Amino acid sequence: MTQIFHPSANTLARVSIVAGFFSIAGLLVLGDALQKSTYVTEVNMPREQVVPFSHKHHMAMGLDCRYCHTSVEEEAFAGIPPTRTCMNCHKLVWNEAPILQPVRDSWMNNKPLEWNRVHDLPQFAYFNHSAHVNAGVGCSTCHGRVDEMPLVHKQNTLYMSWCLDCHRAPENFVRPRDQVFNMAWEPPADQVEEGKKLLELHKVDTSNFRMLDCYKCHR
Amino acid sequence: MKFTMFHSIRGGLAFLGAALLIAASTGCELRRAMYDQPKLLPLQASDFFEDGMASRYLVDHTIARGHLEEDEHLFAGTVDGTMVETFPFPITTEVMKRGQERFQIFCAPCHDRSGSGNGMIVQRGFKQPTSYHDQRLVDMPVGYFYMVIKNGFGLMSGYAPQIPVEDRWAIVAYIRALQYSQRASLDDVPETMLAELEAESTP
Repeated sequence: MTQIFHPSANTLARVSIVAGFFSIAGLLVLGDALQKSTYVTEVNMPREQVVPFSHKHHMAMGLDCRYCHTSVEEEAFAGIPPTRTCMNCHKLVWNEAPILQPVRDSWMNNKPLEWNRVHDLPQFAYFNHSAHVNAGVGCSTCHGRVDEMPLVHKQNTLYMSWCLDCHRAPENFVRPRDQVFNMAWEPPADQVEEGKKLLELHKVDTSNFRMLDCYKCHR
Repeated sequence: MKFTMFHSIRGGLAFLGAALLIAASTGCELRRAMYDQPKLLPLQASDFFEDGMASRYLVDHTIARGHLEEDEHLFAGTVDGTMVETFPFPITTEVMKRGQERFQIFCAPCHDRSGSGNGMIVQRGFKQPTSYHDQRLVDMPVGYFYMVIKNGFGLMSGYAPQIPVEDRWAIVAYIRALQYSQRASLDDVPETMLAELEAESTP
């Protein structure tokens, strides 16, 4: 009777045990790396838009975030401006620029501009802009230096682990309320002590890990 | 026969891979379904309506609950059709500060921070608005400023969609303060605030 297994099968069997372990471990590592890669998170990838609206340019003109994102202090949704807001100025300024043709078309035909969403939070997570702004979380803490972005890109993953970095220790991030819309704000040297005072001032209750309750965001 | 084992290992790997793939893809699909739930968020697109918008306009000739603007003084800036000379609520320091903040957000781009009408948008080609310090505007009742904020004037759009009603009045109060500021003397400053003013004016 001929042998079923060639002697090399011994080595193959041993190798396959090790290789099997490593390939599964490798898959997990690869999967994790993929989740964190810009390919999936889209961090730092500028988003194409119908009109290449430049936050950088408009903020350099001295416009405040709230001129367009009017509901950011009162509502969950910060608000995307209607075409009307663009036309406040662009009915006269750059009113023949080809680049703004979609804005004029939108205005004349009463059809909304279709912007591509940059920050698309999963719908099982509830996020409220006003709650964060009034607690002293600045725009740039999550959105980055939007005033330096010609086309907006995501600065942070918005992954749950990233949210929790702040929910675990908000004193590292909060700023005075009058600095929330200041894009250039930098934390002071004694941020942690200052932050703790601000949390008290803004009535943010961090006792009993309340900021980590599941229902805070998943409701 | 010597490759039999090899084949079966490859088969095993292929099976394992396929199983992982199926598990991963169904997992992803379920996860996507949770990501994009069958509900509509503000300003989301929807193919349910012809215009492609999920958010709906009010039906013509209807008023949303709580939005019946009965108080003519507060909402229109007039009483019996005449522009009011008074504010619909007391103007406190808090209101004035709010007015200053809102003025700088919504008005300063054109009217500039001093109200002389030389803001950045004007410098970029918008028609220059009349200075608040022009005698015609100094003599105007507060109701006039409220109406302009709400309904617009000339080339200026109405700001009703961007500025809630109380904020409009706060801005009017701040415009009045700006007007006074250009015509006031040091004697008008309360003694308690002289030091503060002194400190701010020293470069």
